[in-house]
Amino acid sequence: MTQPNRLSGGRIDTGTALTFSFDGVDYQGHPGDTLASALLANGVRLMGRSFKYHRPRGPLTSGSEEPNALVQLRTGARQEPNTRATTAELFDGLTAASQNRWPSLRFDALAINDRFSNFLTAGFYYKTFMWPATFWEKLYEPVIRRAAGLGSLTLQEDPDVYDKGFRHCDLLVIGSGPAGLSAALTAGRAGADVILVEEDFLFGGRLNAETYGLTDTSTQGWVAMVMSELESLPNVRCMSRTTLYGVFDHGIYGALERVSDHVAVPADGKPRQILWRIYARRAVLCAGAIERPIAFENNDRPGIMMAGAMRAYANRWAVTPARTVAVFTNNDDGHRTAVDLMAKGVGVAAVIDTREDAPKIAGCEILAGAQVIDTSGRLGLSSIKVRRADGKVQTISCGALGVSGGWNPNVHLTCHQRGRPVWNEAIAAFVPGGDGPPGLGVAGAANGAFSTAAALASGSTQALAALDDIGIKGRAIDLPRAEDAPLRISAYWHVPGGKGRGWLDQQNDVTVKDVKLAHQENFRSVEHLKRYTTLGMATDQGKTSNMGGLAIMAELTGKPIPEVGTTIYRPPYVPVAIAALGGRARGAHFHPTRKTPSHDWAAQRGATFVETGNWLRAQWFPVAGETSWRESVDREVRAVRGSVGVCDVTTLGKIDIQGTDGAVFLNRVYANAFAKLAVGKTRYGLMLREDGIAMDDGTTARLAEDHFVMTTTTANALAVYRHLEFARQCLWPDLDVQLISTTEAWAQYAVAGPNSRAVLHKIVDPEFSIDNESFPFMACGEITVCGGLRARLFRISFSGELAFEIAVPTRYGDALMRRIMDAGEEFNICPYGTEALGVMRIEKGHAAGNELNGTTTALNLGMGRMVSKKKDSIGSTASEREGLNRPDALRLVGIKPTDSSAKITAGAHLMNSEGPVDAAHDQGYVTSAAYSPVLNSAIGLAFLKDGANRMGETMRLVSPVTNDNTTVEVVSAHFVDPEGGRLRA
Amino acid sequence: MIIHHPLLGPRDAQEFTFLGAATLIERPDWQAEDAQEQFHDYLHLRDNPAGEHRELWFHETGDRSWLVVTRNTLTHEITNVEMARDVARQKGRSK
Repeated sequence: MTQPNRLSGGRIDTGTALTFSFDGVDYQGHPGDTLASALLANGVRLMGRSFKYHRPRGPLTSGSEEPNALVQLRTGARQEPNTRATTAELFDGLTAASQNRWPSLRFDALAINDRFSNFLTAGFYYKTFMWPATFWEKLYEPVIRRAAGLGSLTLQEDPDVYDKGFRHCDLLVIGSGPAGLSAALTAGRAGADVILVEEDFLFGGRLNAETYGLTDTSTQGWVAMVMSELESLPNVRCMSRTTLYGVFDHGIYGALERVSDHVAVPADGKPRQILWRIYARRAVLCAGAIERPIAFENNDRPGIMMAGAMRAYANRWAVTPARTVAVFTNNDDGHRTAVDLMAKGVGVAAVIDTREDAPKIAGCEILAGAQVIDTSGRLGLSSIKVRRADGKVQTISCGALGVSGGWNPNVHLTCHQRGRPVWNEAIAAFVPGGDGPPGLGVAGAANGAFSTAAALASGSTQALAALDDIGIKGRAIDLPRAEDAPLRISAYWHVPGGKGRGWLDQQNDVTVKDVKLAHQENFRSVEHLKRYTTLGMATDQGKTSNMGGLAIMAELTGKPIPEVGTTIYRPPYVPVAIAALGGRARGAHFHPTRKTPSHDWAAQRGATFVETGNWLRAQWFPVAGETSWRESVDREVRAVRGSVGVCDVTTLGKIDIQGTDGAVFLNRVYANAFAKLAVGKTRYGLMLREDGIAMDDGTTARLAEDHFVMTTTTANALAVYRHLEFARQCLWPDLDVQLISTTEAWAQYAVAGPNSRAVLHKIVDPEFSIDNESFPFMACGEITVCGGLRARLFRISFSGELAFEIAVPTRYGDALMRRIMDAGEEFNICPYGTEALGVMRIEKGHAAGNELNGTTTALNLGMGRMVSKKKDSIGSTASEREGLNRPDALRLVGIKPTDSSAKITAGAHLMNSEGPVDAAHDQGYVTSAAYSPVLNSAIGLAFLKDGANRMGETMRLVSPVTNDNTTVEVVSAHFVDPEGGRLRA
Repeated sequence: MIIHHPLLGPRDAQEFTFLGAATLIERPDWQAEDAQEQFHDYLHLRDNPAGEHRELWFHETGDRSWLVVTRNTLTHEITNVEMARDVARQKGRSK
């Protein structure tokens, strides 16, 4: 296969052929090619369709600033949309397809949009799809999304691994052009820890694309020499294919390394990409400059590209977009493109220079003081129309046009913390304003130093200054002699006149006319201009287009450019895939999984598990023959209430509290009194937030005069601990009290039911009496079990039955569960899960997370009198607020349907038996509902206005979501054993 | 962000949990005549400065210290980090 537009030379390996396909056609390229350079070599200029008008487009640039040549890369699960062909490294077997076209790239039916462009100008959506509002979601948006689109996703799971990494350095050098290499070498030789990141797969930056550069030595030779020295230094790490995408606070830099994007399938054990967080004491930005276009009519045809890109394609990739080209420029740099392409044997039809005093080039026609005013060629450029200095219009045949409107220093990263660039009239461009992120210096073209000599010198100087800042002594290095041409430019943004459209933002199809319209409609601030026209809002973030847009706005408003200003630059500098940001935190690894000590045992019994927070808890334990969860849960409840059951309650938070002021401390963090809790006793505690709202509840046991063990709910374990530390350190810093979370140190099981004592008799060592007299309800103690194993025993009950909670060090948890099951065999002991636990606590009217929902007070919970007024505790003062103590305040009640077969839905609202059903007449709501196998009825807990005084009332329970309308009776929340005789047995 | 912990040196902000203004240390006296008013202000009235702000951070995945961090809300520059316990004592808090 021939590559008609392949030239000689270049930094590609022409000895090796790589086969790839684009839109189903096979082509060949070479190692070192990008997809764009290889396509151009094969004579393919048309690579995509524009976003809105579906205009045919080819590559505008040769780098990551590319707006046009977006393709869908690869197929199957690895397919990725919107990849820039200009940065996609070619590999053998690469498959790419064009986007946003139907049925084909050459014939795109939606190109009809272009004919209606008069209607599709800026603000079109805002003006057209206003009415009726209901049409937006169902009709307008889907249609627009189909018409104006980028690539598509396969919706298959990404098979690759994405990693996150952390690195530290003294000096981070961003970019490896002349400034970056000089900075890295200076710092490397000084012995500093250096990281050099380069977005490209080749180090050298613009030096790879230019024939000028070093004057006394070979440019490529120098780059190779520097890289070989840098790579030999143990204190320097060189990272290619790595884009610095964001500058964050305090010297933290985000970088994306594309480890395996350049191969078909990542090598064994290699991630696809790595998201690096680099902690750098200092950094030097050497990101170069980005060339900007000049707008003129039909300046978006495939074949029209930046002059610097055209030169890069020729010099680095040995490719020309066409055999005859022309150049349109307002500065001397554009002339270099003509010179270099001529040297490569490409015909240069003319250099059109807007300046009257344009320099001459031997053997090339220069049209000074001229402008390109229009172009032709349906799917690719065939000719340009030039208005000469004498006013005559001339048509020039050419297949490609290199455009140079000057270069913008790549200030992006200096603005990530709201730094504002400043205008430099001498180079007609914005340069970093000096208010960039602390610790980030700027060198080379990124700082407006455009000559190679200036870049080399400033890289070294900036590195030395940065090192000096952090106390590392360095020495200036010998730099090679290099070109030091001044930049000669005469600002020129767009060719005036004409009726057609001149394109600014080629990805979002924003034209000069759109900017004029925005101005006319008074969207004149750059931020308004951007949002109204979508200028710079595409995936390229306007790297090539923003400057032109605001220059034209400046012209229209009559303000100087610096006064118009720039929009804010934000990370990421280039698109970063969500997969890279997510890293390995995917699927089951999205968050950690915490397993209880009895997890394996429960799994062996076939338990169904439920996630509560990060914990996996047994939800119920089905036995053979059971067909629904309700069957299992009902059986578990009956077994506990009838004989004995066991449940893993390890997940409840446990906080060990020690110190002589432990009791004083507890008395202040719990709303109810704790100062006089006796050793060997446990007490229920209600914890309030300072605003008087219930925060958490649990029990606290006093194991010794100065030793307490608190339990919290599973969900609030962390928040309560944090809260207690706040109270201890910030409110009462001199209390003698120490806290530590011991949630994971102890395995804890509830053994509940009338036979629980009998079972524990076989577990607890005989020297510890657990009969009702010596170990009554709410007793606690440190004991031993199973012949000497230290354990803690608490006589507390969530189920309402005679019950104990027994704790052993976590490593004995599995064994203890099995011992308890063996001991309980004669009583048909039944393991129960969180569902049965929930049913039984609802039967007892115990509040849980549904009731402690962040809006309820002690009064609401029926515990108003527990809040001691004789002491200061967190939340006690605020809980006396008038609004929280209205006579009709919500109170926790029980509800039961009058028809025992009816259901109760949690979340449903209570309404009076007569009267309207609406929010204004709302009486309360159901927080928890369950089927009680003891009562053979649905039951619920609800908050009801003045509920304590409404026992026996018949109400309607309604839910507009489920269309419930159930008649219920208000009852006590204590459905089972309201006197509490069972738990004291 | 990096927070320079007075005991542990520079630590990544990801190790911390943020609470709010350091004025939360100055919990009112519950027996004051206007305790209800004072608690209202303490709970609900906060300055929202564009500039220097003293705030509470908890070293949750570290040593569990509460810190008072002085941070510029415009630039995120951190100019001072103190142990909250010390700040509380300076404010006259004790037992």
